[in-house]
Amino acid sequence: MSSPETGQERGDRSPWNWLLFVPIVLPLLTFLFNSDEPRVAGFPLFYWLQLAFIVVGVVCTTIVYRMTK
Amino acid sequence: MNPGEHVTEIVIFTVLFLVVSGMGFVAARWRRPQDLASLNEWGLGGRNFGSWITWFLVGGDLYTAYTFVAVPALLFGAGAMGFFAVPYTVIVYPLVFLVLIRLWSVSHVHSLVTPADFVRVRFGSPTLALLVAITGIVATMPYIALQLIGIEAVLKTMGIGGSGLLSDLPLIIAFVILAAYTYQSGLRAPALIAFVKDILIYLVILVAVIYIPARLGGWEVIFGRAQEKFAATPAQGDGILLNANNQLQYFTLALGSALALFLYPHSITGVLASKNRNVIKRNMSALPAYSLLLGLIALLGYMAIAAGVKPIGTDNNTVVPVLFDQMFPDWFAGIAFAAVGIGALVPAAIMSIAAANLFTRNIYREYINPQATDAQEAGVSKLTSLVVKVGAVLFILLIDPQFSIDLQLIGGVIILQTLPSVAIGLFTRWFHKVGLIAGWVAGMGGGLVLLYNISNPAIKHAHFGGSAFPLEKLGFDTKMTIYAGFLALLLNLIVAVAATLIARAAKVPDGPDGTSPDHFTADEGDPRVKDLELESST
Repeated sequence: MSSPETGQERGDRSPWNWLLFVPIVLPLLTFLFNSDEPRVAGFPLFYWLQLAFIVVGVVCTTIVYRMTK
Repeated sequence: MNPGEHVTEIVIFTVLFLVVSGMGFVAARWRRPQDLASLNEWGLGGRNFGSWITWFLVGGDLYTAYTFVAVPALLFGAGAMGFFAVPYTVIVYPLVFLVLIRLWSVSHVHSLVTPADFVRVRFGSPTLALLVAITGIVATMPYIALQLIGIEAVLKTMGIGGSGLLSDLPLIIAFVILAAYTYQSGLRAPALIAFVKDILIYLVILVAVIYIPARLGGWEVIFGRAQEKFAATPAQGDGILLNANNQLQYFTLALGSALALFLYPHSITGVLASKNRNVIKRNMSALPAYSLLLGLIALLGYMAIAAGVKPIGTDNNTVVPVLFDQMFPDWFAGIAFAAVGIGALVPAAIMSIAAANLFTRNIYREYINPQATDAQEAGVSKLTSLVVKVGAVLFILLIDPQFSIDLQLIGGVIILQTLPSVAIGLFTRWFHKVGLIAGWVAGMGGGLVLLYNISNPAIKHAHFGGSAFPLEKLGFDTKMTIYAGFLALLLNLIVAVAATLIARAAKVPDGPDGTSPDHFTADEGDPRVKDLELESST
């Protein structure tokens, strides 16, 4: 992001990277989604919520990509 | 099963298969390099793939034919546990974003081809690099064999294949063709074929998840029938939800598999072939499209239950092909089978290239011919890729398929043991090479002991019966299970830390670090360090 003009210390550290831990940790918390109700379009929570985590992953990686490009 | 009933399917399957094979041979001329005779070109496609090619290549690489048949087979057999594939592929992309991108940079600067190359430069230890290389080759071999199981499941459903040498002929022919064009075109072949493979797969799955539930009466019915089936079985662990005892297994398996996935040599090959850091980053937000697909594919297992599918023999891997055969008109079933068959070719090609590169760079060049030229390296890799494929075919022909599934399971556990050297090594040089070697030995030994002690009454295996290790065997008063690879990795890390501290205290000399911090963030266009050893020796 704010790379010094010399360019020699162009790190890949960025506070935005912390956002990537959201899609890493969220799918590991089984208590969040290990339930039948509420159903969406016939899908038990267990299935639709985990599929929804894919979208969370996409959003987080896209934001971090844009902010660290 | 009678092949006569499946003529349309067989014809469509064969035609698509031949078209794709033709593409494989033509691929040598695609994005034509001046000279294919180097690992940079043959093994990494010139390190020049942009966003689109990388998306198809890595997608085709990670979501294999085996995934398409085995994940739904898991849901068919055990229920919710099989859905771990979804969280697993959600977790893997942010991890790659954070970790493998640094490997791309350091590989760009040092012209590295394999993960073991990196370990060699970073820790200055040929022994540690050799261990990483051997781990990679051993873990990859059964994975290639499993791709054949994907093709075999399709062939069985069409009434060909099965047992006896003659009926194995179609499988052998398929692999000979694969071996020939990989030999000729290198990584360009799977990159080009991946386009066709993925388009076919997307087409088939989108049609399947709209058409099949409509015919079966909707998702309510599908989940309902699956629930009834699991309620009727005496097994404790199955069901459409997790229970108190397998939640720990579920998330440790998802996390462990995600960590293992990007340590596999073939994933690293796919990532290193991309043009620059932004191509990788952009792909990490585009690749999850495949995960959505995988989630839907997984649910084919429940559709098979609802449709009353009976697997061929005892082979649960045939449930998806049989479901397609029952549900689709013949011509579309033919396309679906071709999608699975071609789906096996892309990863099998990349895996054999990755294994061959490991042999060439970290065994041949390190120990046999240190002065190898680029052309010699490419020649050795091409030959090795053939050997690797012959090995995979023999695996399938001579050994019970169940055995290669067991080996694949072991593969995941052992590849995880390279995490401290490869993944953690990308961030810190704190570990001493002796510590990493000791950790590898402990993790490997511990992992195998754990796997040996897992029994599975369902498939009548007293040992190597799965990856769910019962904590009760460690003296805990619980019925909970945990992913064996996860425990083995913990052991590896503890030993690596302890041995590092001991080696420091005893003043054991450590290897030199050939990298500097800016190498891990270098991008396209930044200067490359030409191989120092090569320069000084020539």
